[in-house]
Order: sequence, then C-alpha cells, then structure tokens
Amino acid sequence: MSHPRPTKSDRAMKNLKLQKLLFYGLLFVMTAIYLGPFLFSLSISFNAEQDVFSWPIKLLPEEWTLDNYQRVWQDLPFGTWLLNSVTITVIQTICNVFFASLAGFAFARLDFPGKNIIFSLLLASLMIPGIVLLVPKFIILNEFHLINTYGGLILPGLVSVVNIFLMKQFFETIPKDLEEAALIDGCSYFRIFWQIFLPVSKPALAAVAIYTFQGSWNEFMWPVIVTTTRDMFTLPVGMAFLKNEFSVQWPLLMAGTILISLPTIAIFLIFQRYFVQGVASAGLKE
Amino acid sequence: MATVQLNQLKKVYDKDVVAIKGADVTINDKEFVVLVGPSGCGKSTLLRMIAGLEEISGGDLMIDGDRVNDLSPKDRDIAMVFQNYALYPHMTVFENMAFGLKLRKYPKAEIKARVEEAAGFLGLTEYLERRPKEMSGGQRQRVAIGRALVRQPKVFLFDEPLSNLDAKLRVQMRIEIKRLHQQLQATMIYVTHDQIEAMTMGDKIVVLKDGVVQQVDSPMNLFNNPSNKFVAGFIGSPSMNFLNGTIEQGNELKFVAGSVSFGIPNELQLREKLSPFVGKPVTFGFRPEYLYDKSTERQVQLSVDMNITIDVTEPIGSEAFNYFHFAGMEDQTYCFRSSSANQYQSGQKVEVGIDINRLRFFDGETEARIA
Repeated sequence: MSHPRPTKSDRAMKNLKLQKLLFYGLLFVMTAIYLGPFLFSLSISFNAEQDVFSWPIKLLPEEWTLDNYQRVWQDLPFGTWLLNSVTITVIQTICNVFFASLAGFAFARLDFPGKNIIFSLLLASLMIPGIVLLVPKFIILNEFHLINTYGGLILPGLVSVVNIFLMKQFFETIPKDLEEAALIDGCSYFRIFWQIFLPVSKPALAAVAIYTFQGSWNEFMWPVIVTTTRDMFTLPVGMAFLKNEFSVQWPLLMAGTILISLPTIAIFLIFQRYFVQGVASAGLKE
Repeated sequence: MATVQLNQLKKVYDKDVVAIKGADVTINDKEFVVLVGPSGCGKSTLLRMIAGLEEISGGDLMIDGDRVNDLSPKDRDIAMVFQNYALYPHMTVFENMAFGLKLRKYPKAEIKARVEEAAGFLGLTEYLERRPKEMSGGQRQRVAIGRALVRQPKVFLFDEPLSNLDAKLRVQMRIEIKRLHQQLQATMIYVTHDQIEAMTMGDKIVVLKDGVVQQVDSPMNLFNNPSNKFVAGFIGSPSMNFLNGTIEQGNELKFVAGSVSFGIPNELQLREKLSPFVGKPVTFGFRPEYLYDKSTERQVQLSVDMNITIDVTEPIGSEAFNYFHFAGMEDQTYCFRSSSANQYQSGQKVEVGIDINRLRFFDGETEARIA
C-alpha cells in the first residue's frame, strides 16, 4: 500500500505542532523548576513526621497534619515577628510610594539648578553593591543609637533610587499638555502632582508598591545585622534562627515559610494587572 | 472680554536661539485672530507666551491694558484649548469642565449651572458622566472647548485644536468654533498651520515666518495684497505662481523671464512702481485663480498673452487645477484654475491671459512687494 506524499502544508503543520510541543515542554520544565521547591515545602509543612529527609524521600506526607502551623504560633514568637514585619513593610511601602513619586515628579517635570547632576549622582549610587554599604550604614545608625530599634530597621529603606527612577520614567510619558492645562486651570505644581499625575499613574505606583512590599517583606540581610534581640526580629530572620547548629525543624520551618509567603502571593495576585501594566508602560511614550 | 496687545514681544531660548523677534500685534476686543505660518515659525510659541506657558524674554504683553508678563497662567484670566485635548483622563466630562471653577472656589450650584449650560451649548449633556477615553476625538475636543467656556475668561486661546480630527469633522468643528465666537462675542486667538482654516475663521490673520510677523491683515487683504513673496505664496491654495526674471527698458518697460516676456501695463501705476527696478531681479507673481483661457474669458480685462502647454489636469468636480509650463521652460510647473466647463488634455496648448489688476511684483532680493 502506498501512502500519499505529505504536502508542503502538511509538513508546515507538523513543524508547527513540534514547535508548540517544544515550547510547552520548555514552559513545563521552567515552571517545575520554580514551582517544585515551593510545592515540596508546602508538602513538608503538612508532614506529621519530623525526619522528612529520611530515605526514600516522600514527596507527599504519609500522615497529614496542621500541627506544624499551630506550633509556629505557639512555640515561637511568631506574632511579634509578624507585627515587626508588617510595621516595617507598611511604613516602607507607603514612604517609598510617596517619596519616589514626589522625587520622580520633580526630576521629570520641574526645572531646578543641578537637576541633571543630582539625578546622575542618584543613578551612580546604583553602581555601588548594596553589600558594600552594610558596614557604613551600620556605623552611622550606631552613632544615632538606632541599632535594634524600629528606626534602625525602617529608616534605611524609606527611599529607593530604583523607585525614583521608575516614577520619573513614568511621569515623563504623561503629555506635557496635561500639566499645562492644569496650570491654566489654576493648579499649583503640588496640586498637579497630587490631583492629576498621581491618579493617572496608578500602574506605576502599584509597581513601586509591589516591588517595595516584596523587597521589604523578604529582606533578610539588614534586619539580621541591625537586630540583636529576638523580639526585634522580622519573620525571615526569625525563621532563619529555627535552623540551629545541631538540628533543623524542617516541618516547622516550612510552615512558617509558607505563612510568610502568603501575603506576597496574595498581593501579587490582586495587583498583578497593575504590575504588568506598570512594567510595560514604564518606558513607553503615549 | 478684552484687548490683547503684543509690544515688541521677544522670545530667546538658551541665550542665542531667537524664536520670536519682536512681535507687534494688537488684538481688539471680540476679535477672532488667527496666527498662521509654517512649522517652526513661532506661532505656537507666541500663543504659549500669551498663555503664560513660556517666559517672555522681552517686550510687553498687555491684556486689557495691564502688563501681564510676570503673571502666572492662572492669573491672566485666559483659557486654552490644546491640540491633544489635554483632558484629565481620570475625571468625568463634568469633573473636567468643573475643575478650573472648583480651584477658583466657585459655589457648587454655580459650577453645576455653568457646566450644564456649556454642555447644552456643545451638545455634551448626555456625556457628562463619561470619561474622556469613552468618547470620540470630536467629542473630546468639544469637552476641551467646554472646559474653556465655563471659565468665561477674558481671552480664549486655541492651539491647533482641529489637527487631530479627520477632514470632515475638522470642517464641522471649524464652523462650530466660528459660531461659538459669534455667539459669545469673545476675544479669541487661534493657532493653525492650515491657511484654509486661517482664511475661513479669522477676522484678522497674523502671518509668521522664522519668528517674524510678516503681515497682520484681514483674510482678503492678505490674499489680494500680500506684503511680501512669503505671504503671497503661503496664503491661497493652490499657492501663487512665481516667475523669477528682470525688468527691462526697451521701447517700453518689460518683464522678461526666459521665454516669457511681456510689456508692463499702466494699470495700478505699475510702470511707475517698477521703473526703479530696471535691470534688477524681480519676481512676478500671479494666482491660479486670475489666469484665464483667452478663448473663453470675455468679462475680465486680460493683459498678458502667454502660450502654455498643459502637463496635468486635476479635476475636483466644480473646477479643475491645470498644471502647465511655458514654452522652453519645461522644468518649471505652474498652476491655473479653470471651470469644469473647460476640460483640457495633457499636452494641449492654450493661450492664456492674466487679470490686468492682479499682476504682482516682488523685489528679487528682499522679496518685499513692489507692486
């Protein structure tokens, strides 16, 4: 029996299918790489056994329990750490959105002497690795007696150059006519910022808020340096201290970690639309 | 309403780029004045200086007799309509129109009354709760006009407000703005690069080129009596035809340009005005509208016999624009308008004449009008 010769369009179709298969295969692998560890920690957090790494490793617990979540609240000062984390994150997020948009507006829309030099200096500061600044920052805060205080935890993260840059770029895309129409309508520059620019910049503000929230919520290095007592720990620092020299309480650690990541996931899901818009429109002219 | 006076108004950027070189214009109360000129001529800059959006480098700007050079835009009692509408995207039509009044702390009832009146006037009543993005370009421009209207300012400024609209809507809005002016009896200053818009709308037109005011006059005076070659060429569509040549004195005073040569008639004291230019370069200008086919035209007194060859004809319904060249000057194309009754063919030779009262001559060097 002879088969009909595949036509050109048949071959193209086959190629397309193959391409799709490869594409989805790659997507699946990438998703597995990112999602796998998270799902595994989720599984561990519900595991009743303490020795979760005994061979052979079980991907799903034999016995499910909510015990670990309960113990996180009972055995650890989780509430205090949560309060610390929430306080720091909320203040830093609000301040970052406010200061970044205010500074971004000034750099994008106002003319003042030395504007370009100041902005260049700000950008130049991005070239310095954050880790280099840890010691000087510590020394400065120590001089102000701010070590192991909320001030010490919060102050260094109130303003971020990246956020200023993001807001400046966004404000520059807003047509100048809008500002001029507002000037003629009788607005002061602060009112233009407050009543015209901020309301139309929701995507960029959301992006700044999410970036800051995520960065601040997950920040580990600075709080670990600046805090000296358990009651000043933030959640990531507290969780890290569950790992001690001799043993690690993995299910407890994972339950805490899952709890910590919930707000970030929730916020990202709620504001995802704005976030993508903000990132996409940050560099685009209207 | 108010008079606006520009006395030697200057604008200099970065200490050496001169955008406006001493503009002297008086805009009378209730007048509709159009600033027109090619791109980069400074017309928008001049309007923005009046609005207070550009600093004034020199001279005086007077509104109703008060010098307002140093007043901020909000204190000049002007309203402006922008090319891109510049509506606040997060506000409804009502809020957009009410914003300026709210800032000036008008009572709520008056704001509502004024906005509703303007909305009724502009046919926007049913759109008051919409946001700008839910409206068409024409409607948005109406909102922008409404925003200016409710303020009841001394002077309305329009910065190319119709440029973003399609051709049909532009004509419609042109008529609406003109009607608005007639009803409001307000002082309006309007910027456009479109000379048709300028001619149809303005009581008075200010023609600008390279930051210099070329002529301030009524539309018809600009058309018939341009003060220089630039104005003559800029106003009118299709634009005026120009022939560069010289004035020669033989048995009679003659204009000669290549194969084209004709005696200067004595109408409008042409000979007297042109005799000082014997031997000098002169540009002869004639409008496509004032060139006639000698075989059909009997009413107008035609002065000059010229033989032309039609290259291309462009019939547009009621009339046709015929592009032609003079014998021996194939590389230069000119235009003449004919009624649709006369249909010419490409390559056809026609004997034409120019209305004896419409011959225009310009100095070949300074481009100023001679006659």
